[in-house]
Amino acid sequence: MSDQKQHLLKYLSKGLRYDGRKPTDYRAVSIEYDVSNSAEGSARVRIGKTEVIAGVKMAIEKPYPDTADRGNLMVNAELRPMASPDFESGPPTDQGIELARVVDRGVRESECIDVHDLCIKEGEAVWSVAIDIVAINDDGNLFDAAGLAAIAALRDAKMPGTNDKGKADYDNRTKNKLPLKHVPVPITVFKIGNTFIVDPTTDEENNFDARLTVACKEDNHLCALQKGGEGDLTIDDIDHMVGLAQEKSEWLRKKLR
Amino acid sequence: MPYLKRFDGRKFDETRPITAKVGIIPRADGSAIFQIGNTTAIAAVYGPRELHPKWMQNPNTGILRCEYNMLPFSGHGERVRPGGGRRAREIGMVTENALRPVLDLKEYPNCVVDVYIDLPQTDAGTRCAGITAAAMALADAGIEMKDMVAAVAVGNVQGSIVADLNYDEEQNKTETEGVADIPVAFMPNSGKLTLLQMDGEITRPHLKQALEMGKEVCKRIVAIQKAALRAKYGGSQ
Repeated sequence: MSDQKQHLLKYLSKGLRYDGRKPTDYRAVSIEYDVSNSAEGSARVRIGKTEVIAGVKMAIEKPYPDTADRGNLMVNAELRPMASPDFESGPPTDQGIELARVVDRGVRESECIDVHDLCIKEGEAVWSVAIDIVAINDDGNLFDAAGLAAIAALRDAKMPGTNDKGKADYDNRTKNKLPLKHVPVPITVFKIGNTFIVDPTTDEENNFDARLTVACKEDNHLCALQKGGEGDLTIDDIDHMVGLAQEKSEWLRKKLR
Repeated sequence: MPYLKRFDGRKFDETRPITAKVGIIPRADGSAIFQIGNTTAIAAVYGPRELHPKWMQNPNTGILRCEYNMLPFSGHGERVRPGGGRRAREIGMVTENALRPVLDLKEYPNCVVDVYIDLPQTDAGTRCAGITAAAMALADAGIEMKDMVAAVAVGNVQGSIVADLNYDEEQNKTETEGVADIPVAFMPNSGKLTLLQMDGEITRPHLKQALEMGKEVCKRIVAIQKAALRAKYGGSQ
């Protein structure tokens, strides 16, 4: 075990964190909307010093043959080298792929967008919704920040118009919002030694044993789970982590406009 | 409509028929095949061997590297593009996390244990079948393990908690009720969990119930893994 981890564990065992928070305290959260005019919807989320932006682009496409009456939803995440000395240029890393897929599952499985509502003409034209999330500064907890930014950007989005060729008309955006049915908010609970914490800073994140990302809907139902890290967990650990995530997601959801 | 009778007539906690065998790839240091219903996973282990690329080497410990690969003809429907996408990369990573807790690779600095998982035929539960096969292949390779690992998907199909969902059950979503698909892996001796993912929708009490079922089912799968290892190496118990 590294000296850094031993030191961290010593503090956590007394219920202390380096920045003075309690284990289950979140940092200050702020959400700004419409941070990119070019996007159909966008949002910037700050959690402490961590900052991500998310943008939504929409287009009219031909549906896939096996989902002829459904629109397409895509989530992509990029860990830009500007955000941390640990990120590099080039193809996406495992870390970036996991981030994108976990956010994707939270949005998709909550069915906050009913993809049937995105159908324009079955088999011929559907709306595709692409959510791109970019880390601007990584000081820990990108999972929660990215998930929150994704739902915030979706709530900000206005549908583009349609031109006479049946394509999206980006110059004449409508006032119509996306038909959103639910508000999934992910919370990641980390286990370090025997302590459960939320909203880790980079120092804490670099030394975790196991983590569980829990996407919760407004009715407190769970819509996606992802365990990460090489540590193991008991069923009681998981039950505790889920309970904590439900409580925190309710609090975090209220930050949304 | 509550889901009281499973499509294929199984009990709620009953898996599909399982066969397992180790030592199926002679060139590999360890190998196994694990079939559960119509899902087949083959796993091969190479190593510990020197890790390339060199910059990935860790002087403090060996590392575990897992590759999950659906063969192009193995999918339900269209051809699966070879080369693997984001899904395969993520599954490779969660497979590493699922197996890593039972290994101690400190004796092998700068080395890697490579695990390759191929799926020739799939009908849901592929990552779990892959992990279960890989654990057997690691044991077959003679790599020291402090516990076994077995994996299974549990879930909630229209209000009923079931184990080892097949494709039809995974897809059995209605307007009002979702399906929760929860792949889990357990270490039988410690009873601890090393893989947990979920798609779908579930409540906290149902999740706990599903995890308890997964733990028991994994114990039964471990008995099959052990029987397969004994079939090659002998030994009692």
